[in-house]
Amino acid sequence: MELYDIIFYLIALTVVVSAAIVVGSKNIVRAAYSLLFTFLGVAGIYILLGADFIGVTQLMVYVGGILILLLFGIMLTNKVYSVDIRRENSYIIPSIVIVGIFAAFLIFVMTETNWVTADPTFPNTTVFELGKTLLVHYSIIFEILAIVLLIALIGAATLARNDNKER
Amino acid sequence: MYDLLTNLLGNQIVAYVIAASLPLIFVLTFVLFAVLAERKVSAHMQDRLGPMRVGWHGIIQTLADMLKLLQKEDIVPEGADRPLFNLAPLLTFLGTYAAFAAIPFAGIYVGSSTAIGIYYITAVSGLVVAGLLLAGWASDNKYSLYGAMRTAAQIVSYEIPTAIAILTMVMVSGTLSLMKISDMQTAHFWNWWILGGPETGIVKFLLIPFMIITFLIYYISSLAEVNRTPFDLPEAESELVSGYHTEYSGMKFAFFFLAEYANMFAVSAIAVTLFLGGFHSPIGYLGHSLGIDWLIPVEQFFWFAFKGTALVFVQMWLRWTLPRVRVDQLMVICWKYLIPYAVVNLIIVGIITLL
Repeated sequence: MELYDIIFYLIALTVVVSAAIVVGSKNIVRAAYSLLFTFLGVAGIYILLGADFIGVTQLMVYVGGILILLLFGIMLTNKVYSVDIRRENSYIIPSIVIVGIFAAFLIFVMTETNWVTADPTFPNTTVFELGKTLLVHYSIIFEILAIVLLIALIGAATLARNDNKER
Repeated sequence: MYDLLTNLLGNQIVAYVIAASLPLIFVLTFVLFAVLAERKVSAHMQDRLGPMRVGWHGIIQTLADMLKLLQKEDIVPEGADRPLFNLAPLLTFLGTYAAFAAIPFAGIYVGSSTAIGIYYITAVSGLVVAGLLLAGWASDNKYSLYGAMRTAAQIVSYEIPTAIAILTMVMVSGTLSLMKISDMQTAHFWNWWILGGPETGIVKFLLIPFMIITFLIYYISSLAEVNRTPFDLPEAESELVSGYHTEYSGMKFAFFFLAEYANMFAVSAIAVTLFLGGFHSPIGYLGHSLGIDWLIPVEQFFWFAFKGTALVFVQMWLRWTLPRVRVDQLMVICWKYLIPYAVVNLIIVGIITLL
């Protein structure tokens, strides 16, 4: 095994184990912190595949943004973290059957498809190409997405505003 | 650097591990002296002497403190969430140390020669917030939780002006790589970005005032990001005991301390790289004029450490000069002053670079 493979398997193990803890943990804060390691691992896999910009954006958006907001929400909500999350199993047999069929289907596709392998040379950086694509070829879509996000922000601020006049 | 070490040691993994731990040696040595320097600076500003007993003028005081911290009992509060409580200091230090991977210390040494260095650094600083929030929550102490909440609110808010100031620099220099940004400012100090960078003619003189504004915005918001006075609300001693690390003792407390001082150097190092010429000498190299090649990296490292430490000294100076701001003032400074100024500054710099 080369260094590359060792690093890949280490990261993959981190992702799988931490994702399992996210699903299985009873404590909501522990689950949230496991999610941190899942995000870190996924970012690691992106970087390992040569997509440096996407990997760091994953860190920026999910760890720096979403996870912190999530934790903030959990910790500011009164006593939410001392409540045990319900983890009951119902409909065990039907779910096993469906998951089994789905897994068999996926394994069939994975083994039978004639995968096209890409050129193994990694680009030195993806920033310039990404920038050109976003701001030259898809500039209108890029701007529209920005406006959609702005509308979402304004909407959230309007909803959260405390209107004292009604009282 | 990696190739050299791989050739020298014959093993890729060992070479990588050694190259990755080089900044750690620097950080540990830096923290050892920075803690002493902080105590001495504060003492002299308050007309005291500071630590004087251990060694000449207390020079090995920090070493003695470290030995004391090593021997201390490791106390975990009864209501604390033990695994998370233990994870928090590690996570905080991880976030801080990860930033050092992309900081160029000298022409021959940068942890990762990635082309998106500065973007990576802004992203990994999010880990520090996660660690501090965790510390506050896992301690099961209301003061810790208040401190952690303040930290998160403060750092998340001040990330915006920091990011806009960095964006301004990325726009004028046209690259995200800290190594390339450093190399643009080579030769003499009038090539530093704070003095208009390697531009020539009228553009350079138009840029200078706006570069100084960018530098000030970056510096002020980076102070808030590392929780230094006047923005040290998260550990305000007079209100919150000591904020998120109230319950920590011994080596775990030492980890928070280490992370805080390493973070101080990290933000100063970014300011140095973006605005003050990085590792390049302001007056030319002795190695060039004497014709000694190996002297140049040593000089570069000296200048980098010197400039970084000088900015850290300014941080200490401000800490013992200014009073702490209130929470509402903290938010007003960020949202009503720093962010609008940073955005207007970004637009003006953009127009100037188009000239």
